[in-house]
Amino acid sequence: MSVLVFLDQADGHITKSSFEAANYASKIAEQSGTTAEAIVLGTVADDLSVLGNYGVKKVHTVSDPSLNNFDAQVITNVLAQAVAATGADVIVFSNSAAAKAVAPRLSVKLKAGLVSGAVALPDFSNGFVVKKTVFSGKAFAHIAVTSAKKIITLNPNSFTIEMGSGIAEIMPFAATIDTAKVTVTAVNKITGEVSLSEADIVISGGRGLKGPENWGLVTDLAKLLGAATACSRPVADIDWRPHHEHVGQTGLAIAPNLYFAIGISGAIQHLAGVNRSKVIVVINKDPEAPFFKAADYGIVGDAFEVMPKIIEAVKKLKQA
Amino acid sequence: MKILVCISKTPDTTAKIAFADNNTKFATDGVQWIINPYDEWYALVRAIELKEADPSTILHLVNVGAVDCEPIIRKALALGGDEAIRINSENTDSFYIASQIAAVAKEGAYDLIFTGKETIDYNGSSIGGMVAELLDLPYISHAFKFDLEAGNALVVREIEGGEETNKVALPVVVSCQKGMAEQRIPNMKGIMGARSKPLKITEPIAADSLTTVGSFDLPPAKAGVKLVSPENPEELVRLLHEEAKAF
Ligand SMILES: Cc1cc2nc3c(=O)[nH]c(=O)nc-3n(C[C@H](O)[C@H](O)[C@H](O)COP(=O)(O)OP(=O)(O)OC[C@H]3O[C@@H](n4cnc5c(N)ncnc54)[C@H](O)[C@@H]3O)c2cc1C
Repeated sequence: MSVLVFLDQADGHITKSSFEAANYASKIAEQSGTTAEAIVLGTVADDLSVLGNYGVKKVHTVSDPSLNNFDAQVITNVLAQAVAATGADVIVFSNSAAAKAVAPRLSVKLKAGLVSGAVALPDFSNGFVVKKTVFSGKAFAHIAVTSAKKIITLNPNSFTIEMGSGIAEIMPFAATIDTAKVTVTAVNKITGEVSLSEADIVISGGRGLKGPENWGLVTDLAKLLGAATACSRPVADIDWRPHHEHVGQTGLAIAPNLYFAIGISGAIQHLAGVNRSKVIVVINKDPEAPFFKAADYGIVGDAFEVMPKIIEAVKKLKQA
Repeated sequence: MKILVCISKTPDTTAKIAFADNNTKFATDGVQWIINPYDEWYALVRAIELKEADPSTILHLVNVGAVDCEPIIRKALALGGDEAIRINSENTDSFYIASQIAAVAKEGAYDLIFTGKETIDYNGSSIGGMVAELLDLPYISHAFKFDLEAGNALVVREIEGGEETNKVALPVVVSCQKGMAEQRIPNMKGIMGARSKPLKITEPIAADSLTTVGSFDLPPAKAGVKLVSPENPEELVRLLHEEAKAF
């Protein structure tokens, strides 16, 4: 018996949300009197022994470079072998693109009940019950997993890491790797940008900004704060901003520490994707904008007057 | 070519989210039901486009649901598609639903199975992957571009911070999101035509459920907004730094 966590990597580095998942897995292990082990696939540049600080005892690595070509079916079969070898009965992922492709497959393969988008540790008081977001963040459901094996995908920015200290043992894992049916023919990544789902701070703009030429008000502040940028749906629809920045009920759901909304009305479909943010700031010239009801801080004012002053003040603060 | 599109019924995006029976059930009073937007706008419309490009394509829709799903099935048929199959069952969990769809899919020997990237109520993001595993087919999730080329699918899918292009031989299961196609409004001809399209009802196969929903709750209400004067935006920066400790 153990808890196995799948560590996602991007360009050879373990992702921030994978560290959250690792720590989450170790807390589940603690509560069920077992240990947490991790698995990493493909070539990784990081020192994996630091996973010990997150409570992981062993890291199994399958460094075969063919796994850098992502085929959910191949990955699922490797993970199933790792589950068998470690005897894991709880498998944890961070709710990433990879997890969304692999976790459902693994659920079928292991006949393990799947809870995707978990936001808290399982409740063991009455079986195994996991809290997850539903209705695109407008509510939570408590899901009881009734199968012997269980799979959880943890939403990014939903679990606070408690660091300990330890050194994880690195163990190469000899897996049989199938021939991929899916071939990755091109990858196009905007490097150097903060990933939107993992970002601590998100600066977001709406139609109130009038046109793409005014987006400096968003990107300048984002740069100063090391933040990711987002937008409302119409802004992506009219191509002022790329589609992957679209947040809300039909876009990405995010939960940063700070969500800073400029010229966004706060329609119910927009709020659905951002209302789990810890602190919400709204800049809008309309005092009746619905977003103010969901905000923690706000300014009723013209973004074109207010934002340059805010950017100046942040610049000063960062220089101090 | 044969395409199967999975569609599900969800509350309208403006529906009030409230719960009944001691917070164990979604309160459906006064709720308008729609086709899950990802299923309708992206999966279904892209499939219709493929049929328009090659009229010999057979396009079927499948829904797991009770008789109250029929209005949204008819609406989907009004957009396009040759026939629909309703698997007459309440939705329990993803594994159960995927098992039902896989049974129908196997029977129909489809070349292409489309789902939405998730439903906007349960946000499971799991049916496509489960169906693929049940049928031993490749699966590409969160696709926003799909093209056919000499028996292969060329699919662009979203990954963290970017996109990836995949090439795979059919048959394949693909989950669809924004970018795949443009939303369409059914026209009168489509609505009239949908009435005479076959809507077949089949009974569910025996399948397990691996999860059950215990209860629901709503996020805690916000304490109320603290407004800062537009004359003094610097104060907002100070509050975010010192009080909220946001940066
Ligand atoms: C099925 C469905 C799904 C949807 N999904 C999503 C979704 O996922 N995400 C999403 O965002 N939307 C979604 N929408 C759309 C949503 O209903 C709203 O239309 C949209 O969020 C509005 O975007 P906006 O706030 O940028 O624009 P607007 O509603 O046009 O609001 C612009 C705001 O800017 C303010 N403003 C104007 N000028 C200034 C200025 N100079 N300074 C400061 N403020 C100014 C205005 O007061 C206004 O509040 C969906 C809609 C439907 C029907």
